[in-house]
Amino acid sequence: MAQVLPAERDLRRVIGDGDGVPDGEVEGLDEQALVDLYRSLVLLRTYDERSVVYHRQGRIGTYAIFWNHEAMQAGAVHALSDDDWIFPSYRESAIGLLRGMPAATVLSWWRGHPAGWWNPADYNVGSICVPIATHVPHAAGLAWGKKLDGEPSVAIAFFGDGATSEGAFHEGANFAGVMSAPLILLCNNNQWAISTPLSAQTAAETLADKAVGYGMPGVRVDGADVLAVYEAVREAAERARAGGGPTFVEAVTYRCAPHATADDPRAYIDLERVEEERARECVGRYDGYLRRLGVLDDALTEEIRGEAAEMLRRGIAEAESLPEPDPAVVFEWAYAEPPPALAHDLAELRRVLGGSLG
Amino acid sequence: MFSEGRLAELTLAEALNDALHVELERDERTLVMGEDVGRAGGVFRVTAGLRDRFGPDRCVDTPLAEAGIMGTAVGLCMAGWRPVCEMQYDAFSYPGLDQLITHVGRYRWRTGGRMEFPITVRMPYGGGVKAPELHEDSPETYYVHTPGVKVAIPSTPADAKGLLAAAIRDPDPVVVLEPKLHYRTMRGEVPEGEHVVPLGRARVAREGDDVTLVAYGSMVPLCEQAADALAGEASVEVLDIRSLRPLDEDALLASAAKTGRVVIVQEAPRTLGFAAELAAILAEKAILDLRGPVLRVTGYDVPFPFWKLEDYYLPSLERVVDAARRLLAF
Ligand SMILES: Cc1ncc(C[n+]2csc(CCOP(=O)(O)OP(=O)(O)O)c2C)c(N)n1
Ligand SMILES: [Mg+2]
Repeated sequence: MAQVLPAERDLRRVIGDGDGVPDGEVEGLDEQALVDLYRSLVLLRTYDERSVVYHRQGRIGTYAIFWNHEAMQAGAVHALSDDDWIFPSYRESAIGLLRGMPAATVLSWWRGHPAGWWNPADYNVGSICVPIATHVPHAAGLAWGKKLDGEPSVAIAFFGDGATSEGAFHEGANFAGVMSAPLILLCNNNQWAISTPLSAQTAAETLADKAVGYGMPGVRVDGADVLAVYEAVREAAERARAGGGPTFVEAVTYRCAPHATADDPRAYIDLERVEEERARECVGRYDGYLRRLGVLDDALTEEIRGEAAEMLRRGIAEAESLPEPDPAVVFEWAYAEPPPALAHDLAELRRVLGGSLG
Repeated sequence: MFSEGRLAELTLAEALNDALHVELERDERTLVMGEDVGRAGGVFRVTAGLRDRFGPDRCVDTPLAEAGIMGTAVGLCMAGWRPVCEMQYDAFSYPGLDQLITHVGRYRWRTGGRMEFPITVRMPYGGGVKAPELHEDSPETYYVHTPGVKVAIPSTPADAKGLLAAAIRDPDPVVVLEPKLHYRTMRGEVPEGEHVVPLGRARVAREGDDVTLVAYGSMVPLCEQAADALAGEASVEVLDIRSLRPLDEDALLASAAKTGRVVIVQEAPRTLGFAAELAAILAEKAILDLRGPVLRVTGYDVPFPFWKLEDYYLPSLERVVDAARRLLAF
């Protein structure tokens, strides 16, 4: 096994600032690939911004906003192949869109409609995980299982800075290290866990430092630099496929929106800092990069945004046209062969629903 | 009950907040800890104002780790502190179950009763709030099933304050489940200042003669509605259990003896839910008083569904009334 060094402290960046800091380049990404990446970023951004509007209009329920997290999601997915498995948290709820999942499916999840379930094997995307960090061992297990079968697939788990405090994170990371599982631990360090700042979450200097304790490399990237994320995840995936085991990638960004639609961050967040971070948000930075490179112009931007907006328009229309679920759904799916009592329960429920109080 | 006689009109969440202020004021060894309880004052604002009033060492934003919260609470007790731990939601207490079952409920026993572990664990629980997966569970069975742990579930603002105060003062670990559905929507008169509702006493929420509806927490208002709906047909008693352990068996048996008919309403899945325990007690001790079978209206033995389906899952007015009618006609 390669010697494990302390995590890289400096944030890796590829995108310059259009001024003093020059743009870098990622080997192997041609013009088409660069534009495809942009398409994914815009799709996620559009999904997110529309969802906040849909929530206000009462068309979806509580929603976990991922504004300014699009780069780490799109950058990572583009660095992987479709055979690789993604384990999202609620913050990556729409990541399946990048694997061809219909927008109506994800919107249904947030509408509390069972059409929001999917078969993970259809997209190689696990279910949206709500309890913090509890999916990290699942990703480690998937990766381990694929390794046992000699398959080249890797797994990636997305989780937050707060998640690194949970036992499940530690256990999953440690398993991956011990099994040399082909796993990428992608930590979305947006520096807040609801109202809890990173400084109250850990005494470590960086989250990537934790990798040392699991015997795996840790890297830190600018999480709002889609190309830096892409490059780091591609390297991690190559190492994993070559039998080099897991990698911890700390993608550093800043949560510029409320934790979720129900949250009011004004009580705890520094609003000036939020404004600064909003000014350097990830889609705009990549947009500028592509324009400086000469592969993006207003016409293409317009076209890509139009496509995304249309996908969401169709998605919400489709989600809203679904019939209300039948009560029978309550009793389905928990068992291959439901215990007989459940059939009786359903019959009783139908009887009562059919009656009236009077 | 100790109270100073003056009443304030508070929501259930405000009543809990009031209890925390009073108890932290009263005992400087009491501290509040949990995820987002400090700077944000809790995601339901139950701990609002405590950090400003008592400082960040007595209202502590912890790392995101429920087993860590419950485990360090054990150690804090050994150091002479009295921790009040918040679990952010019902289902997010599950990572903490390990510590709760293996240590919180056993440590006093393991010391031959020589050391106290006055831990309070409080959390919002229950459905009807149209939230994503794992935000609407009713986990009381796990807690009541854990020896060494007491459990209280209030249904009114006054009881919320009084039972939380009792939990904090209790020498043993107490889990308090708070009906989140009613945090902000239920208002009621709450005694100002110190107010303690002793654990182990049920409350007759409504007196009646023909049938008893037994419930706790968010099912109590539902049973009261059912009593109204049945007003022309039967005289309905509503018994609010409010303390699951210790349990007021006398109140349960007295009501069963009076009406001879008992329907138990519980939001949690049916199998081995608390209603099953109450039904077993009635079978053991009240069989000659009963004029019909003990009926249960419960959630089903499936995961709490997507919220568009939650009204089918939750005990409804129709289901409770139907059960009462079936029993009256038995
Ligand atoms: C086990 C568990 N505990 C508590 C929660 C409640 N909760 C939801 S999100 C959140 C903060 C998560 O912060 P972080 O891991 O940094 O991810 P982010 O939300 O910033 O993406 C908390 C405490 C939960 N979902 N699961
Ligand atoms: Mg975070």
